[in-house]
This record gives sequence, structure tokens and C-alpha cells, in this order.
Amino acid sequence: MRKKKLAGIFMSFMMAAGVLAGCNSSSTSGEKDGETIKIGANLELSGGVASYGQSIEEGLKLAIEEINKEGIDGKKLELVTFDNKSDAAEATNGAIKLISQDKVSAIIGAATSTNTLAQVEIAQKNKTPLITPTGTNSTITFKDGVLNDFVFRTCFIDPFQGTVAANFASKDLKVKNAAIIIDSSSDYSKGLASSFQKSFESSGGKVVAEEAYVAKDTDFNAILTNIKAKNPEFVFLPGFYEEVGLIIKQARALGINVPIMGGDGWDSPTLVDIAGAGSLNNTYITNHYSSGDSDPKVQDFVKAFQGKYKDKSPDAFAALGYDTAYFLADAIKRAGSGDPEKIRKALEETDGLAVVSGNLKVNENHDQVKAAVILEYKEGKQEFNTKVNP
Amino acid sequence: MEFLQQLVNGVSLGSIYALIALGYTMVYGIVKLINFAHGDVFMVGAFIGFYSITILDLGFFPSLLISMVTCAILGVLIERIAYKPLRNATRIAALITAIGVSLLIEYGVIYVRGAQPEAYPGDLIPATSIDFLGVKVSSQSLMILGTSVVLMVLLQFIVHKTKIGKAMRAVSYDMDAARLMGINVNNTISATFAIGSALAGAAGVAFGMYYTKIEPLMGIIPGLKAFVAAVLGGIGIIPGAMVGGLLLGVIESLVSAAGFSLWRDGVAFVVLILILIFRPAGLFGKNVREKV
Amino acid sequence: MNMLKGAKGFWSSIVLAVVFGIAMQFLITGEIINFFYVNTLYFIGINIILAASLHLIIGITGQFSIGHAGFLAVGAYASAIITMKLELPFVLGLVAGGVAAAIAGLIIGIPTLRLKGDYLAIATLGFGEIVRIVFLNIEYVGGASGMTVTQLTTWPWLFGSILLTLLVIRNFTNSTHGRACISVRENEIAADAMGINTTYYKVVAFAIGAFFAGVAGALYAHNFFIIQPTNFGFLKSFDILIFVVLGGLGSMSGAVLAAILLTIVSTFLQSYPELRMIIYSLVLIIMMLYRPQGIMGTRELTSFFKFGKSAKGGVNDGSKNTVA
Repeated sequence: MRKKKLAGIFMSFMMAAGVLAGCNSSSTSGEKDGETIKIGANLELSGGVASYGQSIEEGLKLAIEEINKEGIDGKKLELVTFDNKSDAAEATNGAIKLISQDKVSAIIGAATSTNTLAQVEIAQKNKTPLITPTGTNSTITFKDGVLNDFVFRTCFIDPFQGTVAANFASKDLKVKNAAIIIDSSSDYSKGLASSFQKSFESSGGKVVAEEAYVAKDTDFNAILTNIKAKNPEFVFLPGFYEEVGLIIKQARALGINVPIMGGDGWDSPTLVDIAGAGSLNNTYITNHYSSGDSDPKVQDFVKAFQGKYKDKSPDAFAALGYDTAYFLADAIKRAGSGDPEKIRKALEETDGLAVVSGNLKVNENHDQVKAAVILEYKEGKQEFNTKVNP
Repeated sequence: MEFLQQLVNGVSLGSIYALIALGYTMVYGIVKLINFAHGDVFMVGAFIGFYSITILDLGFFPSLLISMVTCAILGVLIERIAYKPLRNATRIAALITAIGVSLLIEYGVIYVRGAQPEAYPGDLIPATSIDFLGVKVSSQSLMILGTSVVLMVLLQFIVHKTKIGKAMRAVSYDMDAARLMGINVNNTISATFAIGSALAGAAGVAFGMYYTKIEPLMGIIPGLKAFVAAVLGGIGIIPGAMVGGLLLGVIESLVSAAGFSLWRDGVAFVVLILILIFRPAGLFGKNVREKV
Repeated sequence: MNMLKGAKGFWSSIVLAVVFGIAMQFLITGEIINFFYVNTLYFIGINIILAASLHLIIGITGQFSIGHAGFLAVGAYASAIITMKLELPFVLGLVAGGVAAAIAGLIIGIPTLRLKGDYLAIATLGFGEIVRIVFLNIEYVGGASGMTVTQLTTWPWLFGSILLTLLVIRNFTNSTHGRACISVRENEIAADAMGINTTYYKVVAFAIGAFFAGVAGALYAHNFFIIQPTNFGFLKSFDILIFVVLGGLGSMSGAVLAAILLTIVSTFLQSYPELRMIIYSLVLIIMMLYRPQGIMGTRELTSFFKFGKSAKGGVNDGSKNTVA
């Protein structure tokens, strides 16, 4: 006698469908006025690596403001932001929403490799260009011999970053053995670690210890004690600032005083707060750009940025966010419309566009061939050390 | 020596668990409720401490005190508003409420101040390492261990030697009988929540001092681990919580030291399930009859 | 009870369901509703299966389990291995997801179901976390950075799975076994004394619930492109729990309605995740304080259509008997 129960369920189903259909009809109206081109930004505005997404957003907004002063052939760019909460599933949702709800011409994001990878398939399937400002993992654009033709990046890739770090360790710091600490929840960290290990070993170095942790851990004393027992001359720590800060602090307290080096994932003011300025001495990072670079393009950007954001010094994420907007705007200009396929083609043909972090040239794997800088932390401040050309 | 260092690491990690577990075990002992929100009171304590240090510009001890008092009030409020009406309801209803309160505090804090982490200023307590036979012991972890031992002794004293402690034991033993004997059950339970939450607040500040980084979801994992510690030691037993916390810290440290650092959180839960199955009363469950 | 009449109602609702399913299929293939809403619809469907499967464990058998995301994870990974690594058809992935989760249910159920109340809750929570950590450490399935999965979940598969889940759980509840489970919920000692093998029924309910959670996991994995251990943390378990609690502990239609309602609400609140969690938690607290039996209690939707009649002997006696 439960005949109506299932019926009831299906009625509610129908109701749900009705709600959905209703929303749909309301959302399709009122857009496409031809005056603006919608750009989606799928960024980490909250959650574990919020600092990256916020910086990129600041850079993006500054650039779009500048671009819109003149417009692109009379059209203006409109930024639609989605907060993916530093979560891969949310990033996927965001890409779906931006493409099917907001009908954007291209998506910028995400900051981290994992959250970018989560959007790749959606972008490919819906033929919408996806540009990651800072996703350095090489599989984002090119994996197992297959090119993701709608996916681009503004930054260099991990193998290059890892090689630069390894060369710096073996040639400049002249260390013979190193320990590696990996954030095993991040593709970025794993990719960087493996390329570091490969080049470090090929230049005669030896990796004596390898330890791993996952994001959100707070106590690293046990793995650090293991590392200390191996007496490495150098520690490679490719990770994100929250954990890196804790690791450096705890490592110094345990008496690991050797140089520690990492990648662009360190670049956040929060790192200095967590680790403490003293503990950060004798640490180095590879990065995309340095605000201390004397290049006029860099200095103009720093000035404009500080004008808009109350004397805040732009980090590499802000610079790459800014560059990504110009990268895309340049392509839209050449494409002559907001058509995703044309934009894709124009992005692919980018060759030698001068931006803050160097010159953009898309190679056959959709990667950038760009210079990296090495920065050293001194009393909590980043100081320019060297610039490494590819 | 390396092994010794790992033991020291384990003990300093464990003393944080112990500090949180003390409050857990007291509350469970008296109302038989897994207060999921305990880990979040710990988080609130850490933030209150942080803001009193940075915004009110207070020293370490005044901040600690403010944090403990605020958490005690918060604990009593939680009990009065959410748990008291459910005292005679089923345990599942109470448990769901506890989960609700926990989520409410976590996301309430995120809603108010965002999810970004905050770093404790590092210059409040001198952070020196003491070298002992080649083993590095940080002064802060000694301080935390010292604090938890002192608090444990103090709690034992309160529970066994004072009038309110006697009332707590009576309520824990039989709530209705206690009421008939003229004990104010509501006040006794409130006092238990106040003490337990104040301990969580203290643990929060200690955690902030020691690990520097605090964030709104920081209470979840330590809260669960502290619960495991409380169960390990025998829930409701104060010295049990202490030993359980230290033991869990040492187990985790040794697991990491053996090269299984990624399995560390899993091990805590394996310990929990094994204990629940083979010795649900916990390690100390047999010897001590009176539970608080 | 008129068997024939009951059967007629049963079949008519099936027909109604199939008509609805086909209609939706046309809407989707005709691209009348866009990708975003189709995605929401899929999410609702997956949540319905999850809610119904947890309903069997908590609502019918009264075993308070808060590790349901663990079964979801097992199903998701097992099916993803079948389709992505072994390149077998999706239907095998669905079955494998369910079976793997059911086995996991047995493995965890047999030892822990001896525990009661909050200890069981904590043990299942621990189990959920262990599952997550195990997948975190298996490089074969991508470790912490997860596994990319092709989208294979389509409306017919999803709809078929929902239908199957609801039918099986409904029929199980109404069978001798289901009644035994309800007796365990109402009073375990009394059930034991009446000669019911309580452990057996608890484990059976647990395994069936886990099976459907695994099926949901398979659908989940093949809908979201990437699965990562962090998708299956205990917050996910709480998400499922709230469907059952809100809908009514003991009411399948309640759980299903709550799943639909809350998924739609949370889609609208997607841009405000904190607000969503605050609303969820307030719902949990206020519900327990003022209506601990949930919106529907143990009643089903059907009972609202039969005024004054006692619906089904013993099962649907309004809000008097509930788990909470």
C-alpha cells in the first residue's frame, strides 16, 4: 500500500526539474550585448592557498582596469570571478559554472597545478581557452604525448624550475648531498621534487633523504629528525607557504641550519609571519620575477600596483595575474572577437609579447620559455640573487 | 639518540593532545556526551589569545587568562543552549547536536574573519632549545608538558578533594540521585563545561605559541585525536587522558620516524578502533571506578 | 491489505518513474536544460542514492554511522580503477563500486557493530578517515593528487541506479528482514530476546547500505572528472547525515526529499560556502532541539494521503517511535 510513496518522490523530482528549468530560462536572457567580452577567473580566493588567488586577482584587476581604458577594438573586458576555495572539486564546479552559466570567452586560473588540472577536461570538452597564471606542473598542457590545445600558461614549468634550483645548489652553493621534503598532496610539489632530483643527481649530487607530508599537517618534528640524522648539506622543500613556514621554523629549532630552498609556492607574506624572519635566513626560492628588478617594465608595474593597493609590494602571483590579463587581451585583439576558438588560435601564435615577468612565447607544448630569478630571504625580506635564462 | 629525539618529539606533540583530552574526558565523564565542539572551543581559545596579544597588546599570561575565561563562558553557553534541553533525549540526538555546534563554531568563525591563517607573534616566550645528551628539547614544549601535568594534578585535586568535585562525581554516578540529595545538577554540569572549556582555551593558546599557525579549522584534527587519547586512557579518567595523549603523540612520532609519515593520522584511528573493540574501557578503565 | 491493489500502485509508480526518466532524457539530449543544471541534477541524483543508503543504516536499523563518505570513496575508487585502469565498461564499474563498498561494509561492520551509540559513531568516523588515508597513500590511484576520471555518468545510468536503490531499500524495509532491522532499532535487547539475530541484521543492513553508497561513489567518480581523497573527508559524511536527520530518521521519502532540497539550496549557496555550512549546522541543532524525529518522523509521503488510517503495521506509527 505504499503506492503513492514512489509517486510522491517522482512528483518532487518533477518539482525539482521545474525549478531547474525555471532557473535556466531566466539565466539565458540579458547578456551578449556585444560591448563586453566576459573573462572568467577561477581562483583560490579562500582556503589553504588563498594568498595566491588573492594576489592573482589583484594583478588581474589592475591589468583589466588599464586595458579597459582604451578597450580592445572598442570592447571592454568583464571579469567574472569564482572562488574555488583551494579545492579541486570546487574548481571543476567553477569551470562548469563559468562556461555554461556565465558564458565566458576564456577562463583564467587556477593558481595551483592541482586546481588547474581539475578544470582541464571541462575546458577541452567545451572548447574554452583556459590559462593558468601560475600552474607550473608540466602535465597541465601536455600529458602522455597529447596536447591539451585549449590550455595555456603564463609561467614557466616545474622541470625548468627544478633544474634551476638544482644547478643553484650544486654550482653556487656547492653542496654534494641534499634532502627533499615533498608535499604529497600536491602535483606541483611532486613535479618539482622529481625534476630537482634528476638534475641534482646528474650534476653529481646525491639525495640522502626523502620525506613526505600532506597539506594541513602541523607537526613535522618526526620527519625533520629523520632528515637531521642523515646530515644533509642542503634541504629542498617544494611546498606551499603555510606548511613550509612551519617546517622551516621547526627545522631551525631542531638545529637544521643548512640552506633550505623552494619554489614559487613560498612566495607569500604569511610565510615570514609563520616561520619568523630569523629562521628564514639562509633560505632561497626560485621565482617568476622580483619586484626589485631594475627593468623599467617591472618598475612601472610595481608603481601602478602600489598606487592601486596602498603601497603593497606585488608578489610573483600578482605579477603573473597581471601578465595573464595582457596575454589574453593581446590574443583577443588579434583574434578580433570573443570567439573561444579564435582566441585559442591567437594565444597559440603569441610570440615575444613583452610582459612584467619576461617575454611570452608559446611553444609546441603550450609552455612558456621564460627566465627565472633566484631570491634569498634576509631578515624576512626577499633579496634578488641571480636571474637564470633558459 | 635519534630514537630518543623521536620520543621527545612524540611527548611534545602528545602533551597538546593531553591538554585537550583533559577537557574532553571531564565533559564525557559527567554528561556522557562526546562534545564534538570541544576541538572548536580550542580553536576559539587560540584566536582569542591571538587577538588579545596582537590587538589588545597584552602579554602571554593575561592573554592566556582572557582566553580561558572566554572559553569557559562559551562552554557554559553551548551547554545551556544546545545540550541542556537534550539531557533526557537519546544519545544520537545529543551527538548530532554536538556535530551541529561544532560546524556552527567553525564556519561562524570563517564567516566572521575568513579562513586565512594567522601567525602567533614569535617573541612572547623565549624559544630556546635545550641540548640534553644530543637531544634537542624546545623550552616551549617543556612548558606545554609542564602546564598539562600541573593542570592534570589540579583537576585531580578539584575532582577528588573539593566540594564541587564531589558534586561532579555524584552527578556522574547518578544524576537523579544526586538531585535528590540536594546537589544542583545544572550548576555542577555548567561548572564541568566551564573547567573543560577553559582547559581547551589554554590548549589553544599553547598550540598557537608552539606551532605559530592558527586557522579556523585547526580544531578538527587535534579535537579528534584528543578524543582518541581520551578513549585510549579510559574516557572519564583524568590521568588516563594525560597518559593517552602522551602515548598517542609518541605512537604518531614513531610511525612518522619509521617512514610512514603519510599514515600518521590513519594510525590514530586504527588505535581508536582497536581500543574500542578490545578494551572499550581504555587502558585505565579497570583500576579506577569513579569517573568524572 | 489487498495484494492486487498494492501491486497495482507499485507498478503504476514504476511506470510514472520511467515516463519521468524518459522525459528528462529528452530534455537533456535536446539541450533544453544547460550543462550547469544537468550537473546539478546529477548531483541531486547521487545524493538521493546516498541519502537512501544511509537511511537504511541509521533510519531503519538505528546504527549511528558517520563514516558514510568512506563507502562513497571505496565505490568511487573501485569503479574508477575498473573503467580507467582496466578499461572495462562503465556498468562493470558500477557493480564493482557497489561490491567493493559492500565488502568494506562487511569488514568494518563485523567488528564495530558490536559497539553502541556514540562509540559506534566514533568508530565509523575513524573508519571513514582511514579509508581516506589509505587512498591518500596508494600511488596507483594517484595518491593525494587524485585520479582523473572520464565523464561516463549519464542520465539513464543515474536514473536506473536511483530507481534500483529506492526499490531495493523499500522492499527490504517491508520484508521480514526489514522488520527485524526495525526491531533492532526500537529495542535491541528485546529483539535479541525475541530470537532475532541482531548482529546478523545489523551487518546485513550495513552491507546493503554500503553497497548503494558504493554505487553512488561510482556515479560520483564518473561525473566530477577528478577524485581526490580530500573529497571524502568527514564533512562529506556529515553532508549525507544531514539528509537523513532533516528528512526524518526512519523515513525514506523524507531522506530523499531532504537530499533534493538541500542539494538545490547548496547549489544556490555555492558562492557562500560558509553560509551554507552555518545553515546546515543550525538546521542540525534546531532540528534536534525542537523536532528530533526530523520533518517526516518515521512516516513516508504515502501516509499523508491516507487520512486517519494506520498506514503500515508497526512501521509507520507517526512520530512516536523514532531513533532520535
